[in-house]
Amino acid sequence: MDKLPRWADLVLVPLISLALAAAISALVILAIGGDPVEAVTIMVNGALGSPYGWGYTLYYATSFIFTGLGVAVAYHAGQFNIGGEGQAQLGGLGVALVCLAAPWPHWSLALPAAILGAGVFGAAWAAVPAWLAAKRGSHIVITTIMFNYIAAALIVYLLVEVLRPAGQMDPATARFPAGASLPTFGEIPGLSAIFSKNVPANVTFFVAVFACWAVWLLLWRSRLGYEIRAFGKSEPAARYAGISPTKMIMVSMLISGGLSGMMAINNVMGEAERLLQNSAEGAGFIGIAVALMGRNHPVGIFLAAILFGFLYQGGAELGLWTTIPIELRLLLQGLVILFTGALDTMVRMMLAPFFRVRRAA
Amino acid sequence: MDYATLLQILDSTLRLGTPLLLACLAGLYSERSGIFDIGLEGKMLMAGMASGAVAALSGSVWAGLLAGIGASMALALIHGLASITFRGNQLISGVALNFVASGATVLIAQSLFQQGGRTPSLTGAARFNPIELPFAETLRAIPGLGPFYAEVLSGHSALVYVALAAVPGTWWLLYRTRFGLRLRAVGENPESVDTAGVSVLRLRYTAVLITGVLCGLAGAYMATGLQAGFGREMTAGRGYIALAALIFAKWRPWSALWATMLFGFLQALALRPDVLERTVGFPVPVSALDALPYILTVIVLAGFVGRAIPPRAGGQPYVKER
Repeated sequence: MDKLPRWADLVLVPLISLALAAAISALVILAIGGDPVEAVTIMVNGALGSPYGWGYTLYYATSFIFTGLGVAVAYHAGQFNIGGEGQAQLGGLGVALVCLAAPWPHWSLALPAAILGAGVFGAAWAAVPAWLAAKRGSHIVITTIMFNYIAAALIVYLLVEVLRPAGQMDPATARFPAGASLPTFGEIPGLSAIFSKNVPANVTFFVAVFACWAVWLLLWRSRLGYEIRAFGKSEPAARYAGISPTKMIMVSMLISGGLSGMMAINNVMGEAERLLQNSAEGAGFIGIAVALMGRNHPVGIFLAAILFGFLYQGGAELGLWTTIPIELRLLLQGLVILFTGALDTMVRMMLAPFFRVRRAA
Repeated sequence: MDYATLLQILDSTLRLGTPLLLACLAGLYSERSGIFDIGLEGKMLMAGMASGAVAALSGSVWAGLLAGIGASMALALIHGLASITFRGNQLISGVALNFVASGATVLIAQSLFQQGGRTPSLTGAARFNPIELPFAETLRAIPGLGPFYAEVLSGHSALVYVALAAVPGTWWLLYRTRFGLRLRAVGENPESVDTAGVSVLRLRYTAVLITGVLCGLAGAYMATGLQAGFGREMTAGRGYIALAALIFAKWRPWSALWATMLFGFLQALALRPDVLERTVGFPVPVSALDALPYILTVIVLAGFVGRAIPPRAGGQPYVKER
């Protein structure tokens, strides 16, 4: 098979994959008696048509940047981390413990502490599967999935039995102190002219952008990143070059889990302002689609996260205004993962003839 | 724990272990042929929805069963296409199909029945009803084994017995037939099978389709035997537990039976916290019981119960040399 030009591989292949996923979703909408054109209109209007829509789109995108980066860092080391969901929930626990630990005077003090709490708890939850993979050869995909279920059970237990304030019915922690409340886009000078007070997008967005830059720096401008990528490309070669497999698996998974955990700053600290059950709401899994779509590069992940933020917010609007269930998002997400991650050779094969003709001419 | 309670729990064990067993055997065929399949969960879910929906619409559980198998095989075919023909990443394909299934099942069930993504409750001929084994009541009088036969073994739906029969069936197919020899070979060393003039592609597609059939049975059993209808996310991670059981069983059919029944036993215990509390002497939190199968799975995966060596060519697409 001919090799595609670099730009086609990076831009065209993901776009065609997305188009295929969208086309199949449109057929499904038709099959269940909906109107695809109306659906797209509602999604675009609901997610991008107003500052309010953008506020939600960017809020979701913020979460997906973190989980997408998490999946990508592990992926570069040849590890497939499906545990982002559990790591994000544990990150939420870290955020909650930090926020409830002290009467924070100002969010600018609470934020770094919460980032640390989220990162450490997320990394800790990734540490066990990582250690088992590095030392005992356990299948990391299945152990991280199991840790998602264990995390869910653990959080339920903690919320019901330990962290729930006396006299409160619903399984959740107490509300965080006012000093730990992050400013939303409606409260940030400059942005407040555009966004209204009630959008959930908050200052965490800028942390996410910073995380993109930091991950790029780590992977492509540091010695550790070089070792991670070398290990992911060829384990025997990396081992021959003196790179320790145990260290690479552990380090990449800890960073991966930490990034997934940091997602909790956005949803737990920035939006809910207390820890609820199932706080990650599937964002850990969407990270897989975001990383694949973004070609495991921070810039790609940023763009893919915005796209999935749009799909997520648009899907919610669909659920609100039409009879199409919100689960359309899951279908679309699955199809994007399928086409970009597993059927990418098929997409390349479809494109190859066009480039062959052009080169011959 | 008295004998009657134990029998009740063993009865639940068999009921809850059956979908795990079917899914585990399904994974066994696929992985023995060298195709990793973490999409068992999605196939079961899709089959559960299809069989529940068709059984509700037609009133016939057999029509439902066929629909379930068909839906599961369709997903199996996509997985085969991605991992065999297009040599894609088998893990990613499995994950993707799980998402497709959890989205599509709710979309379809909601548009058919408008009951929040569930199918209506199935009754009568739309369900697999319990089958009394012969002489169950007469033999009950025999102390010890009699109640075991009547309480635990008898009174399950047809698919439970199909699943149990599939264990020796799989053993015979794998170890006593030419097809089985080739299937095991293609998972260990596809080149050798290719050199012998046997099509790697065809063998792997056959294995993947058998996986589809067995997952179809598992899903149909969940929606029409274990419960009376399909509910969203009703498989609740059983596909993954079945995979863990497969590793526990070291990819062997008889061990698969014991491994899945062990997990079934844990799930049965989680339904009876009162019994466990009386046995161990202190209250065990329900969430700890819920997490127990997953924790045990991790322990199994960590290799603390003997080393499990997967088929050597597992997860790698086969590229024929040209």
